[in-house]
Amino acid sequence: MNVLLRTENVVKRFGGLVAVNQVSFELYEGEILGLIGPNGAGKTTLFNCINGIYRPEEGRIFFRDTDITGWRPWRLAHMGMARTFQIVRPLAELTVRENVMVGAAFGEKQMPLRQAAKIADEVLEFLGLAPRADQLAGSLNVAQKKRLELARALAAQPRLLLLDEVLAGLNPTEVDEMVETIRRIRERGITILMIEHVMRAIMNLSDRILVLNFGELIAEGTPEEIAQNEEVIRAYLGDPKLAQRFALEE
Amino acid sequence: MKRSVWSFLLPLLVVLAVGLFPLVTQKDLHRETAFTLLRAVALAASLNIILGFTGYVSFGHVVFYGLGGYVAFYLVAVKGWPFWAAMLMGGVAAALLAYLIGAGILRLRGAYFALVTIGVNEAMKAFIYNFQPFGGPTGLTMNFAVYKAYGGPKAVLWMTYYWLFAIAILLVLVTYWIRTSKFGLGLLSIREDEDAAEVMGVRTARFKTWAFTLSAFFPGLVGAIFFFRNASIEPHDAFPLHVSIESIVMVMLGGQGTVIGPLVGGIGYQWMRVFLLTNPLLKNIQLAVAGALLLLIVLFIPAGLVGWLRRRFPATRRFLL
Ligand SMILES: Nc1ncnc2c1ncn2[C@@H]1O[C@H](COP(=O)(O)OP(=O)(O)OP(=O)(O)O)[C@@H](O)[C@H]1O
Ligand SMILES: [Mg+2]
Repeated sequence: MNVLLRTENVVKRFGGLVAVNQVSFELYEGEILGLIGPNGAGKTTLFNCINGIYRPEEGRIFFRDTDITGWRPWRLAHMGMARTFQIVRPLAELTVRENVMVGAAFGEKQMPLRQAAKIADEVLEFLGLAPRADQLAGSLNVAQKKRLELARALAAQPRLLLLDEVLAGLNPTEVDEMVETIRRIRERGITILMIEHVMRAIMNLSDRILVLNFGELIAEGTPEEIAQNEEVIRAYLGDPKLAQRFALEE
Repeated sequence: MKRSVWSFLLPLLVVLAVGLFPLVTQKDLHRETAFTLLRAVALAASLNIILGFTGYVSFGHVVFYGLGGYVAFYLVAVKGWPFWAAMLMGGVAAALLAYLIGAGILRLRGAYFALVTIGVNEAMKAFIYNFQPFGGPTGLTMNFAVYKAYGGPKAVLWMTYYWLFAIAILLVLVTYWIRTSKFGLGLLSIREDEDAAEVMGVRTARFKTWAFTLSAFFPGLVGAIFFFRNASIEPHDAFPLHVSIESIVMVMLGGQGTVIGPLVGGIGYQWMRVFLLTNPLLKNIQLAVAGALLLLIVLFIPAGLVGWLRRRFPATRRFLL
């Protein structure tokens, strides 16, 4: 299998805090790789390094066999990388369709507007947002904004999709719908790296899982291996609420 | 939602209505009124490109007006260039200045950017003050013989009026194009959330620079026209900060980020200004009124008149752009 994304000893510090510490992993084309870890483990920061929002202090990142360390986000978008934000960032005063058109028009394909509008409508249909297409994005509710995040990323027709807690804040029915959606996205041939706290979902979806704790990668394996892993359980015990959820859901 | 052809025709008709009026009546007074209105419209519509579409509040719009004015004036009065070529160079000089400083100052956001644009204006004024080719503090005056070549002062007043009218029409076309183009979608995404826009692939730095450059080109042309017919130019007239502020008020009043808004705002504000200037009680506090107006707009209708209509009555979005 081809390696789509590879990190080598990536380090990112905030002052004295080492948010990401010597993280190395590989992501294969076509897989869904889960990224879990307690709150503040450095998951989002790792995403920010991968897609160019932060430049890592040490280490290298390779995407499509190119060293992309320190590249600007727009350049990575042009190479076929797309992401969603944990804290949604709708373009509030633009319509839902225009939001998604931005994703399509400025992604790897650099589509002209007319084509971007067509793709946007398809993606909105796929995610059940079609009835909202002409509404301003700021007027959506939280669950809809989450789907809008995903819609914008998908419209870029990316090779790699980084999902940062797209299930957070959704009710159980919505979670099931979203899990199904993510599966269908993968079937379209898009490789996915996803951060998630909803254990049932991530265990279900992922081919492999990475576990981050205090910025360090403490485990890597199939969902079954991770569920058995002593160190992982201990890491989550530091976070009682999650540990409980972890135990219950398993 | 399908956009109606009126979204394009309405702004065009607004400018045509103002611009054609004195051509019909052939009265000097009407021409001068229309000139003032079109100048306001052109300043507002061009500022809208960086302020309304891109979300960067510039207090330095008048620096491009003054620089364009100076460059063109110098080329005509001292170098003997034909007016049209000098005017074009005025626009190019303004655009070039924006392009050069844009890369640096467009990294700043919010209030920092706004402050620096004031600084740019003051720095330019100070520079011109000490720049001998442009006459230093006393500026330059036009030899009336120059106007002879254009058929005398009266003919010049008409010719420059036609130029301004043409520029106002061009601005409607340009802003309509921006609003409906991919370039414009990129600008709007920057206005809404610059980081998110870059993550989606918008080359934010480049887009901002081009928006700023385009936004500076037009006031450069307008300044060239204004000072050529004014027959003299000096630093205090060329770079008045209050014109920048009034331009912001006009854009905000009509509706930032819309095509027709700045036109409506420009005309509405000038109309109000004339009313104030002719009122003995209010004529001295004209600028204070502009400030108060800006405050009221920001507080109560931050989207401006057109923005408010679009929001309040979504059906209007089809033809109000
Ligand atoms: N911009 C920043 N400046 C300073 N510290 C930061 C910054 N961003 C994150 N941190 C810190 O870095 C650590 C990792 O944060 P990060 O957001 O990556 O965690 P996370 O694993 O995504 O957590 P969560 O599950 O809560 O989203 C935290 O201690 C956080 O407070
Ligand atoms: Mg996070």
